[in-house]
Amino acid sequence: MSDESRRDFALSCPLPLSEYPRVQLAHGGGGRLSQILIEKLFLGAYGNPALRQLHDGAVLATGGGRLALSTDSFVVRPLFFPGGDIGSLAVHGTVNDVAMCGARPLAIAAGFILEEGFPMEDLWRIAESMRDAAAAAGVPVVTGDTKVVDRGKGDGVYVNTTGIGWVAEGVEISPQRARPGDAVLVSGEIATHGIAIMSVREGLEFETALETDSAPLNGMVERILAAGGDGVHVLRDPTRGGVASALNEIAGQAKVGMRLEEGSLPVREEVRGACEILGFDPLYVANEGKCLAIVAPEAADAVLAAMKADPHGREATVIGTVVQDHPGRVYLRSSIGGLRIVDMLSGEQLPRIC
Amino acid sequence: MKYVDEYRGEEQAQRFVGAIGRLVTRPWTVMEICGGQTHTLIRSGIDELLPAAVTLVHGPGCPVCVTPLELIDRAQAIARRPEVILASFGDMMRVPGSTTDLLDTKAAGADVRMVYSPLDAVKLAEQNPEREVVFFAVGFETTAPANAMAVWQAHRRGIGNFSILCSHVLVPPAMEAILGAPHNRVQGFLAAGHVCAVMGTWEYDPIAARYEIPIVVTGFEPLDLLQGAYMTLRALEEGRWGVENQYSRSVTRDGNRPAQELLGRVFEVCDRKWRGIGEIPGSGYRLRPELAAHDAELKFEVGEIAAQESPDCIAGEILTGQKKPHECAAFGERCTPEHPLGAPMVSAEGACAAYYRYGRHEKVSSSP
Repeated sequence: MSDESRRDFALSCPLPLSEYPRVQLAHGGGGRLSQILIEKLFLGAYGNPALRQLHDGAVLATGGGRLALSTDSFVVRPLFFPGGDIGSLAVHGTVNDVAMCGARPLAIAAGFILEEGFPMEDLWRIAESMRDAAAAAGVPVVTGDTKVVDRGKGDGVYVNTTGIGWVAEGVEISPQRARPGDAVLVSGEIATHGIAIMSVREGLEFETALETDSAPLNGMVERILAAGGDGVHVLRDPTRGGVASALNEIAGQAKVGMRLEEGSLPVREEVRGACEILGFDPLYVANEGKCLAIVAPEAADAVLAAMKADPHGREATVIGTVVQDHPGRVYLRSSIGGLRIVDMLSGEQLPRIC
Repeated sequence: MKYVDEYRGEEQAQRFVGAIGRLVTRPWTVMEICGGQTHTLIRSGIDELLPAAVTLVHGPGCPVCVTPLELIDRAQAIARRPEVILASFGDMMRVPGSTTDLLDTKAAGADVRMVYSPLDAVKLAEQNPEREVVFFAVGFETTAPANAMAVWQAHRRGIGNFSILCSHVLVPPAMEAILGAPHNRVQGFLAAGHVCAVMGTWEYDPIAARYEIPIVVTGFEPLDLLQGAYMTLRALEEGRWGVENQYSRSVTRDGNRPAQELLGRVFEVCDRKWRGIGEIPGSGYRLRPELAAHDAELKFEVGEIAAQESPDCIAGEILTGQKKPHECAAFGERCTPEHPLGAPMVSAEGACAAYYRYGRHEKVSSSP
């Protein structure tokens, strides 16, 4: 599709607003309205050979070998936030989860739970944004499902995405493979997504130009695997719970310790400022376009260079090492030289009083 | 980050640590008042960098920790009324009352909203004229001006559906209660810089004189705390007492006069019960009688509330510096952030939460 026709296509929702400006229960009823919604809106957005079959499921060809499968549900509020929305997030989240298994994502299935009365125009914006995100990641949406719930029983729209990917011969990515001496790398500045979302939450709004870091990481993972080979031991996208929770999980599963350097944690200036004001620790704030890699020391330089070569990894850096001491525990050397534990977060971080 | 990184330099920190090491000739116990200071001390590892002779004990300056159990129960009871929107600061949401917390109350159907400023709660009241918006106004002299401003604006603009559930507490009477207690071990104070930014430093002169102790008004960054500790220890070693100001970039002797005037217009001093400590005379604020229309306690009758603290929680001894969190039998075992027995384990500023979160109950290996 040329750029121009694409722009025309993006101009407005293909379901005429005069007809159905809002989602109705019958849009999920399996009848004519369901058919219109699927054919005009979803096929319009994701049209690809597998989806056009309009079959109960999609049939995909693989080259044999091992498959990775991941599913994730998205209930984010607000639905549209700086730099993204629930649609792009639902694609990136699942593409990244599959990629973190060391797999090349092949296809996504999408399930929508819509609330009766949800504006059709908003649904179109979400579908469009999913289309763009899927195209950018190079992963088609091949099958899906739509249900409509009574008004008041949903939060506008919930999206579930399931992704499938193919794991190349010899790739062995698993948290248990973290071993003492390994380097801990992060692909860029942390905590940006969580703070961008927080800035538009009701009751907590603050002015910032921050946008989510939500991005597909499958391209970066391919580079990492090509550069590091068997030296790539663990990959993880530190979403909810942030870098601290992801590293604690890995330390627990591999029965190793970790040491981080506070001074080497990449955090954007605006994000640090917001964290200072809210009383948040950036280590616990969510990311949506960042990758942690735990790699053998001899592969660290090559993997770091591979991360930096990717458009989503320019700020990649080494933040710590895996150690034999204190298995299951993550420690951090503070900026003034003190040592403290970085524990799992219990519950959500809540803004402090003063 | 400008105005922050300057106060977190490793080289300067080590210089202060070295200077304190050379200064100290015998054991001293110093209390930092504010929970925010406690967290910085533990988070940056200052407590482990100081000489063993220096004991830092952690004061009652955690607004969430000292809010009485009955009042938390009362907030929940008010929140359960169908016409009410209860607005609260974030870290008040998870503090356990006698049976449950505000997050649970919300999950059970109450309309509880988290706000960052009490003025946002006034805005909520304006946007929802058919509802009653109640702001849970807790805190020290730091949050009091903003809470006073919220009431004052609602009063001036005739926003009758806005009220506050008030549990304000004041620092100087609490310091006197600690110093006057029979088992007191505190020999010097790091006073809370932000409290003094509002109230000034003059309130502390009579306390320093009466108990002949050094009080150093201190900021919140690692270097602030190290310098505050250095100044306090130097005064102790030299046998001096009196008030000194480490946080001179924010604090003057007079404080913020317009804020103090606003406080006087909205609040009056009253006796106040502190969770874990008990009633301290003249240690709180309540709304002045002419603003009673904005007092949620008068507005909503929720009946008698008698609350029972967990017998295992020694919050009182923690908050007055008589014990350290890990000296509590329940710490880290029966009492954790997931299942707190008392408020100091919940709040972002609670001493028990700081010790737990930063692993002060575990042995840190010093090898790199």
